[in-house]
Parts: sequence; structure tokens; C-alpha cells
Amino acid sequence: MSDLAQSREKQERRNRWLLLTPALVILLIAASGPLLITLTYSFLTPGDYGGVEWRFSTEAWFNVIFQRDIFDDTLGFADAHLSILWRSVKLSLMTTIGAVILGFPTAYFIATRPPHSRDIWMLLIMIPFWTNLLIRTFAVMELIRNEGTVNSLLIWSGVIDQPIQILFTETAIMIGMLYVYLPLMVLPLYASMERLDFNLVEAGYDLYATRFAVLRRIILPLVKPGLIAGSILVFVPSLGAYVTPRVMGGGKQLMLGNLIELQFGQGRNWPLGAALSITLLAIVMVALIFYVRSAGREEVGHG
Amino acid sequence: MANSAKGFDVRKQWGFTTIAAVCFVLLYLPVVLLVVYSFNAGTSVAIWEGFSLQWYRSAWDNQQVQEATVRSLVLAFWASLIATSAAVLAALATTRVRPFKGYSTVFAAINQPLMVPEIVTAVALLILFAGIKVQTGYTGLGYLVLAHSAFCIPFAYLPIRARLQGMDLTLEQAASDLYASPFQVFRRITLPQLWPGILAGAMLAFVISLDDVVITEFVKSAGQDTLPTYMLGQLRRVVTPEVNAISTVLLAISVTMVIAFFFLSRVKK
Repeated sequence: MSDLAQSREKQERRNRWLLLTPALVILLIAASGPLLITLTYSFLTPGDYGGVEWRFSTEAWFNVIFQRDIFDDTLGFADAHLSILWRSVKLSLMTTIGAVILGFPTAYFIATRPPHSRDIWMLLIMIPFWTNLLIRTFAVMELIRNEGTVNSLLIWSGVIDQPIQILFTETAIMIGMLYVYLPLMVLPLYASMERLDFNLVEAGYDLYATRFAVLRRIILPLVKPGLIAGSILVFVPSLGAYVTPRVMGGGKQLMLGNLIELQFGQGRNWPLGAALSITLLAIVMVALIFYVRSAGREEVGHG
Repeated sequence: MANSAKGFDVRKQWGFTTIAAVCFVLLYLPVVLLVVYSFNAGTSVAIWEGFSLQWYRSAWDNQQVQEATVRSLVLAFWASLIATSAAVLAALATTRVRPFKGYSTVFAAINQPLMVPEIVTAVALLILFAGIKVQTGYTGLGYLVLAHSAFCIPFAYLPIRARLQGMDLTLEQAASDLYASPFQVFRRITLPQLWPGILAGAMLAFVISLDDVVITEFVKSAGQDTLPTYMLGQLRRVVTPEVNAISTVLLAISVTMVIAFFFLSRVKK
């Protein structure tokens, strides 16, 4: 009898891995495997015309942060890299804060609608998210261009007589990222607010708490998991953004994603590009681990 | 405060409601304007000069656009077919089963494309495929199909898994008790119930593949533009409403599919 149970269990296990094989093979070839190759490449020597030479070198990793002076071989910080890294982090943080300011009240609004209409409001948030990111970035670009709708309206109404240059600035990148990633903030915030017991909020008001006190002492602590989840869901893709800074920054204001691309194009330094990719991946993983920890503790569902 | 019991409603925070209204307007305004100006008679994307379908006609007649459209659709078809098939099998193996060793690793592997920044995957694939292209000389659509299939898997997997979790095992057990073979059970019991989930997953995968820019841009060989990468290339030049017209068509496809997805995944309740 135990023999039978054992062989059945064995078969079950074999079936399971057979079923998993197609997905895992595809992912190994086109997702996990290439990352390991990238890691390997970051320790090689750049080839003259792109590609690599198979000689071990830590130069690429060194170049992520430092640079050697071409004349006297002295060491200095790689200012260009550091300023791009700083811009990426700064703009991602600002995008996250902007998303909280817009997303928190929106999630609160949706969570306080009658139950049957909440799904429809959330659908309205999600529709833009599931449409093409490039098209949405492009839509914002048309709006804020010098000849765009915003400037045309302002000139027409006589508020300004010269268009305000917004496109190709850091502000433009931030506006673009805020626009494309905002739904990622609303989604988890709504998930935790939907479960918020509004009797507690009411009790707070009954006990003469001010609006601000209720927000800070009752609502915020209860929706904190959603707030953390939303912040990370916005911060992570912002940090790795490529399309939005390329379109809105016009190749002048680079972010980390564009710097990586540059190494595989004009820069012809694949190992450096590989090292920068792994750096980006590492930052993102730290953020995600932080997210999983806080989500695991509070058990917030998303996605 | 006598009014606190009835007259005051915590659900109405006018400040919050105002910001929420602004938020909805901001979300839709740019896209609405984009669509409106695709019908512009003039060459501007900001000054209205009357209604016309000329930009749709010019996009339709543009050979590059035609080729890119066909390529995008073929690619999305294969990628969503492959990703959905793999995802159905993977969902069957990981849902409604006793916890097994390696479950969390498998789950993380399936969802890896959601966690790794696209640009990182894109350059990693560039490195891998550049090597293979040199070795084999093959520069066809296969690379893109493989890359798209991989990042579509989690998008197909999650709705299928959600659907499967909501189905109880009693019907399948009953069928087995009545001597149905495992394949018959799957074909006659599991598949019909799972169908809305599969359809939802396939549509999501299709949309995700159709919309992809970054990975496609790095993986494609010369002359393999899809619609999004073609548009990205066009943005460097003077923008005419032709790009708006293409965008509007793509938007229409995505929005239709997302709304269909919404109702498909709601049916289960």
C-alpha cells in the first residue's frame, strides 16, 4: 500500500516537472540565462568594434564609478556616470512622491464609492496602464512641446508670449514617468484602502480629531503596506526607464537606461554596459526584497 | 457635535475628490487629444484645422507601416500562443497541488520578467542573440518570437492561475472515479472551466507583445521594425498626425482587449 502511494507520488512529481518544462525552458533561454551571460560579459575586455574579447578584466566595474585621467593616469570619480545615476534616483524619487500626491486621494475616492462601481473606477485607472507606454509618452510629449497644446493655449490667452521650454528637460521626464506609472501607485493603495474599516475613521471624527489627525493617526498606519507597495512599484520601473527619458529627454537628459544603451551603441563598451545593467538590476532587487519583506509582514495582495 | 452621527460623511472628502477628478482628467486628456488630432486636416498635432481621414489613409498607404503592422501582429500571435500554452501547463503544475519543494523558485522564475527592468533583459538578449546571429547566420523573426514569448509568460500565467484557484477539484475527482482518463478529465472538465482564464491570459499576452518597445528595439535585426519601434524611430523627425493615426489604431486594439479581459475575469464571481 505504501509502495503504491510512493509510486503515485513519484509520478505526480514527474508530471509536474513535465508540465513546467516548456515555460521554464523558454524563460531559461530568454530571461534568466542571458542575465548570467551579461554578468560574465561585465568581467571581460571590450572589443574594438563592440562585442568583447575573452580576457578577464575588472575594468568595467571600476569604470562604473571611477575614471582614469587619460593624461596623467590619476583617478577620479566618473562624473558623467555619477550625475546620470543621481538624476535617475532623483527623478524616480520625485516621480514616486508625485504619484503619492495624486494617487492617494484617487485611491481614497475609489475606495469610498459604492462597491459595485469601484471596479469600473479601477478599470478607468487600469485602461491607460495597459495601453502602449510609448503612445502614452508620445501623447504627453505632444501636449508639452513648444508648439504643443499647453504652450499654444498659454500664448493664445496672452499669459506668455514665448513658449515655455518643458520638453527635453528633467521636468519633462518626470512628468512623463508620473503619467505612465501613476496607475501602479493607485492599484495597491486601493487594495489596502478597500479593506479599510471606515468606522474607525468615523470614530476618530466623533472623538474630535481634526482631518489631519485622522489622516495621520488612523488612515496612514492602516494603508501603509499599500503605500510602500505602490511606492516601490513606481520607483522600480522609473529607475529602469528607457523609453520615457529617451522621448522626453531628447537624448540630452540621460537616465541609467539610456546610459546602458549608449555603451552598446556609440560607446562600444559592452562590458561597461553589462556592468551598469547588473548595477541597475542590483538596486531594483534590493528595492523588491524590501517590498516582499514589508508585504509579507502585512500581507498585502497586488497584481 | 450632533451632526457627526448622520450629517457628516467620512466618505466625502472634497479635497480628495477634487484631486481624484484632476487625476482622472490628467490620465485621459493627453490620450484624448492624441486621438482627436489624428483626425486633423492640417499637418499640426496642436492646431485644429478641420476633420479629415487623410492621415489614416497616408498611414495605410505607407509601405513601412504596412510591413511593421503585419510583423507586429504575426509576432504577437506566435508569442501569445506559445506563452499561453506554456502558461496553462505551468499553472496546472503549480495550482491546486500540495506544496512542493522548489515551488517558490518556480514561481519566482515564471514571474522574473515582471521584476527585472526591461532594459536589463533587452541588453542581455542583445548580447546572447548577437553571438548566435554571428554563429548561425540566422537573422529571422525567431529571436523576437522567443524573446516575446518569455516576457509574455507571466502575463498569461497569472490570470490562468487565478481562474484555476477558483475552481474546485470535485468535478475532476468525480470524473476520475467514473474511469475517465487523465486526458479526458482535462479535455472535458478542466479545459471548459478554465477557458475564460486562458482567453484572458492570451489576450493580455497579445497586448503586452503588441506594445513592447524596449526588448524589440534591442533584439530586432535590421529591417525588422514592429509598429512601436517604427514609431520610436519616427519621433526623431517632424511629427505629423500620421503617428497619431497609427497610435489611435493601436490604442483601439489595446483598449478593446483590456475591457474584454476585465469582463472575462469578472464572470467568475
